[in-house]
Amino acid sequence: MTPREDGFEPGIDASPWDDEPSRRRFLKLMGASIALAGMSGCTRQPLEKIVPYVRAPEDLVPGKPLFFASSRVLGGTALGVLVESHMGRPTKIEGNPEHPSSLGSTDALAQASILDLYDPDRSQVVTQAGQIATWPALLGALSAALAEENASRGAGIRILTETITSPSLAARIRALLAKYPEARWHSWEPFARESAAAGARMAHGEPLNTVYRLDRADVILALDSDFLHAGAGSVRYARDFASRRRPGAEGRGMNRLYSIESAYTLTGAAADHRLAVRASEMDACALRLASELDVAAVRGRAGPSLGPERDRWMRALAGDLRRAGANGLVVAGDDAPAAVHALAHAINGALGAAGGTMYLTDPLEAGAADRAGSLGALLEDVDAGKVRLLVILGGNPVYSAPERLDFASRIAKVKVRVHLSLHADETSRLCHWHIPEAHWLESWGDARAHDGTISMIQPLIAPLYNGRSAHEVISAMLGEPARTTHDVVRAHWTGGAPAAKDGKPSAGAEEAWLRSVHDGFVAGSALPPREARLREALEIPVPQEPRDSGAIEVVFRPDPSTWDGRFANNAWLQELPRPFTKITWDGAALMAPATAAALGLEAGDVARIAHEGRSIEAPVWILPGQAQGSITVHRGQGRTLAGRVGNGVGFRVSPILPAGPGSHITGVEVTRTGARHEFAATQLHHDIAGGHARERGIVREGTLDDFRKSPESIADRGHAPPADLTLYPAWKNEGHAWGMSIDLGSCTGCNACMVACQAENNIPVVGKEEVARGREMHWIRVDTYFTGAPEADSVAHQPVPCMHCETAPCEVVCPVNATVHGPEGLNEMVYNRCVGTRYCSNNCPYKVRRFNFFRYADLETPSLRLLHNPDVTVRTRGVMEKCTYCVQRISAARIQAKKDGRRIRDGEVTTACEAACPSRAIVFGDLNDPASRVSRMKASPLDYGLLEELNTRPRTTYLARVRNPNPEIRGA
Amino acid sequence: MDRIEREARELLEAKPGVLEPGHTYASVTDKISAVVLSRKTPRSWIIGFAISFVLVLMLFYTIAYLLAVGVGIWGINIPVGWGFDIINFVWWIGIGHAGTLISAILLLLRQEWRTSINRFAEAMTLFAVSCAVLYPLLHMGRPWLAYWLLPYPNTMGLWPQFRSPLVWDVFAVSTYGLVSLLFWYVGLIPDLATLRDRAKRTSVRVIYGILAMGWRGSAIHWHRYETAYLLLAGLATPLVVSVHTVVSFDFAVSVIPGWHATIFPPYFVAGAIYSGFAMVLTLAIPIRAVYGLEGFITQSHLENMAKIILATGWIVVYGYAMEAFTAWYSGNAYEEFMILNRMTGPYASLYWTLLACNALAPQALWLRRVRRSPLLLFAVAIVVNIGMWLERFVIVVTSLHRDFLPSSWGMYTPTRYDWSMYIGTIGLFLALLFLFIRFLPMISIFEMRAMVNEGIEEEHR
Amino acid sequence: MPQVFHPSTNTFSRVSILTLVVLLLAAAWIVGAVNRSPYVTHAGVVRVQPVPFSHKHHVGALGIDCRYCHVSVEDSASAGIPPTKTCMNCHSQIFADSPMLEPVRESFRTDRSIEWTRVHDLPDFTYFDHSIHVRKGVGCVTCHGRVDDMPLTWRESTLHMDWCLDCHRNPGPHLRPVSRVFDMTWEPPPDHAAHAEDLVRDRGIEKRTDCWTCHR
Repeated sequence: MTPREDGFEPGIDASPWDDEPSRRRFLKLMGASIALAGMSGCTRQPLEKIVPYVRAPEDLVPGKPLFFASSRVLGGTALGVLVESHMGRPTKIEGNPEHPSSLGSTDALAQASILDLYDPDRSQVVTQAGQIATWPALLGALSAALAEENASRGAGIRILTETITSPSLAARIRALLAKYPEARWHSWEPFARESAAAGARMAHGEPLNTVYRLDRADVILALDSDFLHAGAGSVRYARDFASRRRPGAEGRGMNRLYSIESAYTLTGAAADHRLAVRASEMDACALRLASELDVAAVRGRAGPSLGPERDRWMRALAGDLRRAGANGLVVAGDDAPAAVHALAHAINGALGAAGGTMYLTDPLEAGAADRAGSLGALLEDVDAGKVRLLVILGGNPVYSAPERLDFASRIAKVKVRVHLSLHADETSRLCHWHIPEAHWLESWGDARAHDGTISMIQPLIAPLYNGRSAHEVISAMLGEPARTTHDVVRAHWTGGAPAAKDGKPSAGAEEAWLRSVHDGFVAGSALPPREARLREALEIPVPQEPRDSGAIEVVFRPDPSTWDGRFANNAWLQELPRPFTKITWDGAALMAPATAAALGLEAGDVARIAHEGRSIEAPVWILPGQAQGSITVHRGQGRTLAGRVGNGVGFRVSPILPAGPGSHITGVEVTRTGARHEFAATQLHHDIAGGHARERGIVREGTLDDFRKSPESIADRGHAPPADLTLYPAWKNEGHAWGMSIDLGSCTGCNACMVACQAENNIPVVGKEEVARGREMHWIRVDTYFTGAPEADSVAHQPVPCMHCETAPCEVVCPVNATVHGPEGLNEMVYNRCVGTRYCSNNCPYKVRRFNFFRYADLETPSLRLLHNPDVTVRTRGVMEKCTYCVQRISAARIQAKKDGRRIRDGEVTTACEAACPSRAIVFGDLNDPASRVSRMKASPLDYGLLEELNTRPRTTYLARVRNPNPEIRGA
Repeated sequence: MDRIEREARELLEAKPGVLEPGHTYASVTDKISAVVLSRKTPRSWIIGFAISFVLVLMLFYTIAYLLAVGVGIWGINIPVGWGFDIINFVWWIGIGHAGTLISAILLLLRQEWRTSINRFAEAMTLFAVSCAVLYPLLHMGRPWLAYWLLPYPNTMGLWPQFRSPLVWDVFAVSTYGLVSLLFWYVGLIPDLATLRDRAKRTSVRVIYGILAMGWRGSAIHWHRYETAYLLLAGLATPLVVSVHTVVSFDFAVSVIPGWHATIFPPYFVAGAIYSGFAMVLTLAIPIRAVYGLEGFITQSHLENMAKIILATGWIVVYGYAMEAFTAWYSGNAYEEFMILNRMTGPYASLYWTLLACNALAPQALWLRRVRRSPLLLFAVAIVVNIGMWLERFVIVVTSLHRDFLPSSWGMYTPTRYDWSMYIGTIGLFLALLFLFIRFLPMISIFEMRAMVNEGIEEEHR
Repeated sequence: MPQVFHPSTNTFSRVSILTLVVLLLAAAWIVGAVNRSPYVTHAGVVRVQPVPFSHKHHVGALGIDCRYCHVSVEDSASAGIPPTKTCMNCHSQIFADSPMLEPVRESFRTDRSIEWTRVHDLPDFTYFDHSIHVRKGVGCVTCHGRVDDMPLTWRESTLHMDWCLDCHRNPGPHLRPVSRVFDMTWEPPPDHAAHAEDLVRDRGIEKRTDCWTCHR
């Protein structure tokens, strides 16, 4: 998979006899472990040095972390975060509770970006034609190139950025364009929500931004949308959605979610009703619905029938939406065609949702107006020989742009090409100059949140690899190379003249600036709702006849882990089991069992997918719930210059990407190549037919009606043994009694908890081979069970951390007391006492224990050592480990509370998984405190213990999932 | 003189089985001690030893690599945390049992036929135990800390966890090893003296002399010898039952379906004796052929052992039956699934092979013809050895690989290191056995003499 | 047949068997002893430092409070090692040009840290928190000894786990008035042992001996 010698690829190949490097490693380890064995007799410590500061920085207390507000930007939109810093090392990312897009939560990608910061494969030096160069040399080259353009007023200058919402950066680029009026600014972003803008333009005449208020919606339709998991505001949306999924909770009662989509998304999995429809039929579906609702803008256009079954379904949905009226909402997916967005606007308009469950604002994006055609336009200029200086700020178009555009070879005509990026990637290789980019944790900046709130980015650490920000490059082009990013951003927000010319900003402005940096965003800067009139009639190219449903379509979606490929070198994300499939370190062509059968394919077959003379080869994974004849592939894999982790993982899809807008193609040829592919999945049994998940009461579900009739009937199977049924005296936890409750009703299965746990607890990655051997190390995993064979009409996600059993099977079998019961009910795993018999894991019914079969922890790579959380031991080879309920946080809180002479308050200790969870499905707290959130959750009639009949008395329990199906739809 | 011999022969013919007719003190002593004292080593021995020694070297490499890199070189994973390591541990311990049973229990039961096989059965026990102990030691993630399982005063102020069966194992197995060693050595002393006296070269005489601890065969020596030997037999007898009972606790006290069963202790002990006797046969049959000891290890020995195999085999079969029965009778979904998974799951083939080996194959022993044919007997013994190994595989792996939550189900495939370690220990076992055969009397000389002796006494009465 | 062995062999063998037993016992005892010896624990071993800093002088003679240098001892796990700046606060005036202090001045000039040799070093898997111990009335002297008598600093205690447990199992006798925590000379009153348990109760001290108190 990746080179063996780098400390970054963990684990050791178990076959040194035919693997040269690992034999060398064997000898190295041989020496190491013999030394170790020698020491073990009497453990004599080597002498250490203490290296204190010369001048201690203020408000830094050694041994105490500091938190700074900042923002993670993806696809242009910002997610407010708080970054934990130990002695100047950022180690963990938390959500910013005040930030509208976060409310304290984060997504998996944000959690993992801390690893990107320390990625040893990041480019570390300016290069010219692959040779090491210097920043001054680059400045020289740039000014030379720019000087040539002075005459033509910059006609040869092109700037290519990703989607930019940053006011300060946009202002600087505009300043540059003012200096060179003939220069042009283009943008390229694989997932830029262009169709949303186009759809808004269709409906309202301008590319407005839509903000949803899911907490207000009673009936929601997700049209090919994964608003709970991906795209702008998804973290906030998940929270708002979940707030209406708790039966019996006061407030406006449960909402009902419908989903129409081609492939299972987490949103589809959370839906009460789901209709699997090919992406190419989505617009027809939307039109059908609009006509059912008698939407004026499309009056008289029924759209093709979808077949009796689906038509009935649509009618029921339409009825439900009509009843909900202004409390109804239609959400069109970022990747859905523009027509679907337009229709969604029309339907929401007809429902009167505007101003209630959703509202419109001005676009978030700054400049580069028509982003859809932008790259095409740039390339046309290139072909015309108009472009002489191309500055690419971020992004990796050579990899991510459709091969049909032939970006790679066409830009060869440009005389000077400059690329700014974190890694020396595919695009850098084709540019004269490459500039290492500063990670967002290393630089100043700003961006807009999903609702337009201006969010601040501040550096947590000086650039590790002397990276530069886009600001610095623009400043250099403006002939102000001396201006730091901080100067520029600060000047922008304090409105003062550039600090270089030492114009002092007004005291008030300065204070406001400092406050917004401290808070992480500018208070009250959200974009105001916009009035917008719908067009009378929508011109939507939807055929009256149903499209050829025999044709096979391919749908392109962002990879849940690597997004558009930018995170390909992030080992945490590569090893993160993809939702539903649970495959790691890989990509796959997902298709329904029936589709696979029709194409004569089996799981693991490598298929050739051909379209208009171009083709890719992709291993097949059979995923129930896919629309018939629809194949889903993920962009963002198959990188060649990602780094040691990401190179050659998965396959590249850009050869068959459509050149124009749209995220799917139809009429592809699918053939077996005869080759086979080995996947590494963390869950091999999704239990489609077996039914163990329900039989064994692992996942417990019911409907809102069941709940109304008798709340107990859903969770209680009468298998919980009596309290006195144990040989040992019961534990009495005088002080605190820690426990956790996980609400299956609101868990969306987004994996944020898994990465958060990995970051908090120094959990190593093990690599593809080890995962394939069943040795992944995640302390909390998200199990996925399909039901309703073969096409899986329902999916359940179940996060499984250590249960911290009160009568823990692991404790009695450990020969050396390495896992014992603590006074507060914690099941304590002691690494330094563990001798590694693995008996505890064998005897754990939940199999939540993880074992260091090799020395997985990376202790060599210097940059990765900075990443470790100093409050958690880095485990060595041969010891067992598992979820600790983040005991380091409990200890910190306990010591603080004791010093203040009080009890630990409810919510004072949050586990990493709980803190990250966007839908607040995980709640941790003190069971001795009846008022605590966790106590109240466990008091619910829906509370049940996993495998409770084994009398393990888990401290982690679950709330059964309650769905809210529409009685008019059968099979609910 | 020759009158005595003649009568002795007649008398001996009257009591068949224990000793082939025609043996005298001299002939017995010569025949057995010759194997040890003869100058030239048989080519077959050299070849056999060479092969097993190569296997030992392979074992050493595997262990070195294991210590350097970690147990990850094996096929184990989560959920299957134990693989060949524990399978082989249980298998080897089981094999040991026959030795102790023969020497201790059969001695107390005054089963004279034991005399010609007890010596190398005991040796076999010893070597099997020394192979077995390697596994629990090396299966640890950090074997260099194994001493933490022992209760000793330490700077951590900690004790082992006495509720854990693994700690019980430490005591059970170490006691077993120690008693077996003493029993075997005490039994050897008189013969060592014999060898000392019959040896030609001084160096050899010195070595055997030291080992013989000054045995002169005086009445007082014999008296003490008898007492010690009986005492040790008494000590060893409970061990035959206790050791594998404790080993079975490793599984029985857990919660895993397929492990958590009350029948395990008796079922394991029976299985142990079963496999033990199979191993004795596997070794005895070729050895008596090679060294022409048919006179001492006679048909009736083989037949008796075959009968014991048949008996214990049935107990084991009862164990299998009860496992399936309780799974069904308990009505426990997990138990039901466990046995179903054994019968139809991915490892089903192994389950059925094991039944064929342990339940069907031994039934051949009902036939006298099979019991009396060394070749067929040898074949059955081999099959039983394989069957018993498979039994342990099925118990350890198929129980673990699919337990409670389908999400955590997995598979187990042994790596080359699992195999090299297993075959390596077999090599170690054989190597030790070869050395034993070459340098120590594999059949108790003085006890065989006693056989002759009794005949004559009876004649004088 | 001539005897191979001289009669004396009997005595010889008896003796050697006895010696073997004795030797085994001795070996076991030695391993234990070495593990508790300063060689392993570093207890009482004086460390050479780049600057021969004397607690005896600064604490004993000048009576500087511990917290003047170890600032974070009351609010953090780590007591804190003073930055060079702290030394220079005084030594820019006092002994401003003593050659002994050249490394300090050099550090201050060159902005390069002084590399002290660590005296108290717990294993990395052991998490000790100064602040809570100080707050609950465990004196500095209790673990670090009379540093005011140490010209060069050494480790007073073994830092063995059983040494920690002695106190965690029975904290009472090791507690003192919170006001006297930083007092080097405080001696327990004769009746201290009597109401040791009261101290434990009044200060709400849990006798935490579970593993995760220190290991995690």
